Amino acid sequence: MISLRRRLFLILLAATGLIWLCAVAWISIGSRSELERVLDTRLQEAARMVHSLVMTGERMQGAPEMGPASILPSAAGGYERQLSCQIWSFDGRLLARSSGAPEAVLAGEREGFTDREVDGETWRVYTIVDPQKDVRVVVGDRIGLRDKLVRDLVAGLAAPALLAMPLLGLLIWWSLGRGLRPLNKAAEEIAAREGEDMRPVPPDGAPSEIQPLIGALNGLFAKVEAARAHERDVTAFAAHELRTPLAGLKTQAQVALAAGEAQVRENALRQIIVSVDRASRLVKQLLALARLDAGAAGAARETSIGALIRDIVAAVPHPPNVRTIIDPALGPLVRQLDPDTLSLVLRNLQENAVQNMTAGTIRWFAEGPDKLVIEDEGPGIPGEELGLVRQRFYRGRAVAGAGSGLGLAIADTAATRIGAHLDLANREDRAGLRAVVQLSP
Amino acid sequence: MRILLVEDDPVLADGVRAGLVLAGLTVDAVTTCADAHAALGICRFDAVVLDLMLPDGSGLDVLARLRARQDATPVLVLTALDETPDRIRGLDAGADDYLGKPFDLDELAARLRALARRGGGRASALMHHGPIAIDPATLAVSLEGSPVPVSRREFAVLSMLMERPGVIRSRGELEERLYGWQEEVESNTIEVYVHNLRAKLGRDLIETVRGIGYRLRVPA
Repeated sequence: MISLRRRLFLILLAATGLIWLCAVAWISIGSRSELERVLDTRLQEAARMVHSLVMTGERMQGAPEMGPASILPSAAGGYERQLSCQIWSFDGRLLARSSGAPEAVLAGEREGFTDREVDGETWRVYTIVDPQKDVRVVVGDRIGLRDKLVRDLVAGLAAPALLAMPLLGLLIWWSLGRGLRPLNKAAEEIAAREGEDMRPVPPDGAPSEIQPLIGALNGLFAKVEAARAHERDVTAFAAHELRTPLAGLKTQAQVALAAGEAQVRENALRQIIVSVDRASRLVKQLLALARLDAGAAGAARETSIGALIRDIVAAVPHPPNVRTIIDPALGPLVRQLDPDTLSLVLRNLQENAVQNMTAGTIRWFAEGPDKLVIEDEGPGIPGEELGLVRQRFYRGRAVAGAGSGLGLAIADTAATRIGAHLDLANREDRAGLRAVVQLSP
Repeated sequence: MRILLVEDDPVLADGVRAGLVLAGLTVDAVTTCADAHAALGICRFDAVVLDLMLPDGSGLDVLARLRARQDATPVLVLTALDETPDRIRGLDAGADDYLGKPFDLDELAARLRALARRGGGRASALMHHGPIAIDPATLAVSLEGSPVPVSRREFAVLSMLMERPGVIRSRGELEERLYGWQEEVESNTIEVYVHNLRAKLGRDLIETVRGIGYRLRVPA
């Protein structure tokens, strides 16, 4: 992309040049017509003057040739002999002519202005016909000289302009530099930033034209910063959530090694197994989240939702007093979507329900064609925490250390990924959580 | 030494508790900020082991409230957030030490002993009284250079008395130091431990102040 300064420079220079050209054309046309008028008037006057001086045709016989200076005052710069004068008698004899005037007849017999070509030169001629004096006075002007006059006039105007052109260019270039300085300043300020620097660019002092750009840039900075902060939080949480079971493992192993009593050692070993199970489940969930975040959803295909729920319910281990009932009406429900992602949603909802219950019934059923509902008989979620439980690693105050705090976050993210929506609410008929997966129609 | 452990992860809390008990410490464990506030309000602990990410808030709040009460109980922050800025924030908030997870149980015990030692204003890890020397790190007691075997509880009673020779410790104080809340306090046990210590280290070592408690006899 050509630089803004060069682009503006070229445009300004072209525009100035064009205006000058127009001005030159205007001046040359205007001055030409004015010149024609003035010179024609002069021609006419000259002819009248000569006419008033001449005697009759008879008496002009043998009159000496008139010098050019007698008619035309000598002019400088190649404009001498501009005018030529001939005096003809009515019977076609050339009575007199100015020096340098052609011998051929310059004009016809009609009085007034005529244009005519004589000896390869175009003449503008004024003729006075005087039958009383028996003369025709013809005064002519070379058109070529007139053209030269106009050309010289225009050249006289254009030459300084052409000389001024480079100066003007320089001035434009410098002015553009000055005018664009705030832009350059803003650009330099942004260019000089560290890659990590996400502070907003101060919008004051920037020209109003780039204010929207700076606004957009600051918006982008804010977004990137928020995304990075989110990433940092998730990483910090993941580190915490992984390190705690690891610390538990190490501590219990050390206890098992140091303990003298068999009971203490056995308890420590049991705790190690619990800890390993939890850590591996956590790792699995973190991987699922990472995959969801990467946006790698599988291809949509014909999926039997009833069969999917049956498989999940069979795979999730239940405590002895907890059972799950699946509404038979879910059986024939078939949708076109990615079964793996949907199964992430449903499995995490099922696990969440099982985890929060010691005894009771979990129910899966459909409400209308697009709503999958799961209701449990656990304690539900305190009202003020309902909005928070989808956050990653958020664990309710009531449930210390029970889950990883990722299950509902995964269910929510996965639902979004397949265009579905997850609604969480406490049951109205009794204690318990009611989760609704609203599939896209 | 009596320690308050504030940690919400059940496996880790159980492990730390078991490990510190093996190291001769008495441990009370709580899982939330609220319980930590309550415990610190009621009892005196020699040190607190504090996790930062708790289900009902940050351990730093517990720390801030503790320090706002002008309570100088040594606090060791135990957390997975162990980047340098986190450590700085924790230490500036009033923590005395910082240990990142996962950690070594022996190191945790050693740091707690060091905290308690500094809290008691002692420079040496060993405590001396006349011909008797005790080492809290190894729970070892020696009399004129030769080792004397004592039980964990006996050591606890002896070390509490040796921290302030000549100062009377009531039976309640000694019991509080010896037993966590979860433990059943058997009657007369303090008398039994004192009796055993006298048998092992000499009749005149521990003086009974009738109706009040016990103290180490300071040579006149």
